[in-house]
Amino acid sequence: MFDLSKNHFELFGLPVGFIIDGAALAERYRDLQRVAHPDRYASGTEQEQRLSLQQTTRINEAYETLKNPVLRAQYLLSLHGIDMQAEKETTRDTAFLMEQLQLREELEQLRHADDPQAALDELMERISAMIKKQVAQMAIQFEDPTPTNLAAAREAVRKMQFLNKLLSEAESLEAELEETR
Amino acid sequence: MALLQIAEPGQAAAPHQHKLAAGIDLGTTNSLVAAVRSGQAETLPDEQGRHLLPSVVRYTADHVETGHVASAQATRDPLNTIASAKRLIGRAVSDIKSLGKGLPYEFVQTDSSVPRIHTMAGDVSPIEVSAEILKVLARRAEDTLGGELSGVVITVPAYFDDAQRQATKDAARLAGLHVFRLLNEPTAAAVAYGLDRGADGVHAIFDLGGGTFDISILRLNKGVFEVLSTGGDSALGGDDFDQAVAEWIMQQAGIADDAEHKVLRQLMQDARHAKEALSDAESVDLDIAIPGGGRWRGRLDRDTFNALVDPLIRKTINACRRALRDAGVDVEEIQDVVMVGGSTRMPRVREKVGEFFRQPPLVDIDPDRVVALGAAIQADVLAGNKPDDEILLLDVTPLSLGLETMGGLVEKLIPRNTTIPVARAQEFTTFKDGQTAMVVHVVQGEREMAEHCRSLARFELRGIPPMVAGAARIRVTFAVDADGLLNVEAEELSQGVKASVTVKPSYGLSDEEITGMLQASFEHAEEDLEERRLAEARVEGMRVVEALQAALAKDGEALLNAEERERIDTALQQLVEAIEVDDAGVIDTQAKHVEKVCEFYVERRMNTGIQEAMAGHNVNEFE
Repeated sequence: MFDLSKNHFELFGLPVGFIIDGAALAERYRDLQRVAHPDRYASGTEQEQRLSLQQTTRINEAYETLKNPVLRAQYLLSLHGIDMQAEKETTRDTAFLMEQLQLREELEQLRHADDPQAALDELMERISAMIKKQVAQMAIQFEDPTPTNLAAAREAVRKMQFLNKLLSEAESLEAELEETR
Repeated sequence: MALLQIAEPGQAAAPHQHKLAAGIDLGTTNSLVAAVRSGQAETLPDEQGRHLLPSVVRYTADHVETGHVASAQATRDPLNTIASAKRLIGRAVSDIKSLGKGLPYEFVQTDSSVPRIHTMAGDVSPIEVSAEILKVLARRAEDTLGGELSGVVITVPAYFDDAQRQATKDAARLAGLHVFRLLNEPTAAAVAYGLDRGADGVHAIFDLGGGTFDISILRLNKGVFEVLSTGGDSALGGDDFDQAVAEWIMQQAGIADDAEHKVLRQLMQDARHAKEALSDAESVDLDIAIPGGGRWRGRLDRDTFNALVDPLIRKTINACRRALRDAGVDVEEIQDVVMVGGSTRMPRVREKVGEFFRQPPLVDIDPDRVVALGAAIQADVLAGNKPDDEILLLDVTPLSLGLETMGGLVEKLIPRNTTIPVARAQEFTTFKDGQTAMVVHVVQGEREMAEHCRSLARFELRGIPPMVAGAARIRVTFAVDADGLLNVEAEELSQGVKASVTVKPSYGLSDEEITGMLQASFEHAEEDLEERRLAEARVEGMRVVEALQAALAKDGEALLNAEERERIDTALQQLVEAIEVDDAGVIDTQAKHVEKVCEFYVERRMNTGIQEAMAGHNVNEFE
C-alpha cells in the first residue's frame, strides 16, 4: 500500500511550506492520477479497483488540502504539532468579531435588496478579499515558524474559518434565491 | 504453458484482442449509441439508417415498442406511451407532482416508493422504461460490431444527484449491461471536442438538452480533463421551452389547462414545432384545434417567443456565473465555449451564451451526437483497448453532501465541486444522556435546512453504549466513488458499533425489486436465471484471469520471486479449471481465492506505478 508515513507534501515531492508552487502541484497531481485512477482499472479485478479507489481518494485528499490555503495552513500547523480543534476554536479579536456580526447582518438584509444577486456577488467578493488578506499574512508567518508566528497563523486560520463559514452561508442564500424565485 | 489453453474460440478474448465497448447517451428526448471503430468514434445507425432513437417506450397488452414506432403512437395512445422518462428517473412521487402538468401519465400508488405509471402492460417505473431504451441500443451496437459488449459507458447530466445516478445504474442492470462508468455528459462532450483539437486550456461546456441543463468548466492538460466546477438544473430543458409556448397558445386560444391528456400532448407537439420553426423563421403561423370543436389561428413572432423563453435562459446564465466563480476562473480565461444538446440550436440561447462568455460559442460538432461520441471514446479506453492512451477524466460532485444535525440544519461533509473519488469523515456526538441510537439522515444540496435539500437516505446506528450527552464519539464517513455514487458509514468509536449503507434512496428500487424484475424478464425471454448467473460468473472469472495474465507478462519477472510466482500460478490454474465447471459458486470462490493470493502483488504493482510517476521529482529540484 501507499507509504502512509509520507505527508501530503512528500506525496507530491514538494517542499514543506505554506508558499506552494501551484503549477508543480497540479502537474504532480495529474502524474499520480494517471497511474492510480480507477479508470485505469475499469476492466481489472475488483481488488485492483478497490485499491485504486483507496489510493485515488488519498491523492485527492492530499491535493485538496494543499490547494486550499485554509486547509494547507491547518495541515502545516498539525505538522508543527499544533492540532486545531476544527470548528470549536474561536478568535477573541473583538474588532474582527464585530465586523463578522455586521457582515452577517448585511447578508440577512440582502434578500430584501432590489437586486439581491448583485448585492450577494458584491458581498461574496468582499469576503473573498478578506480571506486573501489573511492568506498573505500567513505566508509571511510560516516563512519563519517561531512559536509566536505559529500562534499568529493559528489565529489567522480561526478567522479564515469564520470567513469561509460566512461564504458558505452566502452560497446557501444564493441557492435559496435561485430556487424560490 | 498450461495457462494458455483457456483461450477457447468463441469463449473469451485473448488479452491483447480488441474488446467491444460502446458509449450510450441516454437522453430525455433522443438516445444514441456510439463506438470506436478503426480508431474513429461514430454513432451507430439502425437498420433504416437513423442514428437518433426517440426515448419513447410504448406498452401494449402483449409487447413493448421502443423508439420511432412508439413515438408515432404518442398522440394516439398517450397513456401507454412513455416519453421523457429521464425527467422522472430517480425521483419520488412528490417530486414528480412538482414538475408540473407537462406529464400526461396516470401515476399509481404502490407500496414501492418508486413512482409507477399505469399502462396496458401493467405498472412500470421510469427505471424499467429506461432499461428498454438501453436494451435496444445495446442490441444495435452488438449487431453492428458483431459480438457481445464487454461493457458500456452511460452518460448522465453532470447535475444528476445521487438518486438519479443510482436509478440510471439500476436501469443498466435491468438491461443486463456491464457499466464501466457513468460519465457526465459535458465531460463526454469535452472529450469528443478536446481530442479533435488537442487544445490545452480552460473550456466551458454548455449543455442544454431536452430536459436537463449542465454547465461545466474544465481544464485540459496533456490528455487530462480536470473538471473545475459544474452547475445546472436537472429539470430544465427543451421541454420547458415547449411548455412555455404551449401555455402561451392555451392562453391565446382560450384552452383550459385541465384539458385531457391527448389535447395536452398535441399542444406540446405543436409548441415544439413552433419553437423549432423559429430557429430559422422570424415568425410562425399556428393553426390549433380547440377541444370541443373549432380552431384557433394565430401567429407567434420571434420577439414574443424570446420574451417567453428569456426567463429560462436567464436561469442557465446564472448557473454559468456561479460555475465560473466556483472554478476560480475569470470569464477572460475561457478559451472556448462548446454547445451541446439539441436546445442549443435556438438562436436566442446562442446569442445569450455568446454575450455572457464574450465570444461566439462553438457549434461545429453535431450537438445531438457529441456526447455519445465522447462516451464511446471513454468506453474504448476503459475496455483496455488503449493501454498507452493518455486520456484521463477527473470529475467532481455536482452538489454538496451532508447530514441533518440538530434543529434540521445541514452539516456539509463534502462540498460541491469536490474531485471524486473522495472520502470525508466527521465526528458527531449524542445530545441526550443515555442515548443509544442515532438517526443518520443523508442529504444533498446547497440549502441551509435539511428539509430544503434532497433527502437521499436515512439509517440508524444502534447499540451506542449509554453515556452522558456529548460523551459518545460517532464518526460518520462519506465516500463517493468514481461514478459519483455515495456510500455512508457510521461508527461509534469507543465500542466499535458500526452501521453502513450504500445510499439507496428511499424511493429507489430495492435489490429484491430488481431481482424480481430480472426474474420476470427472464421468464418472459424463457431464459434461466441460474444460467445467467453462471455466464456472469464465467465472465467475471475470465476478467480476473486475463487481468492477472497481462500483469504477469508485463512485470511478473521483475516483481515476484520464484516462490511467490508459483503460489500465484497455482491459484490461477485452479481458477482456470473452475471456469470449466458448470457451477457459479465454485467459480466465484476460486476467483476470490486468486484475488486473496494476489493481494500483495497487486499492491506492489500499484506502488511501483506511483513511484515511477514520481521518479525524478524530488524536493531538491525546487531548491
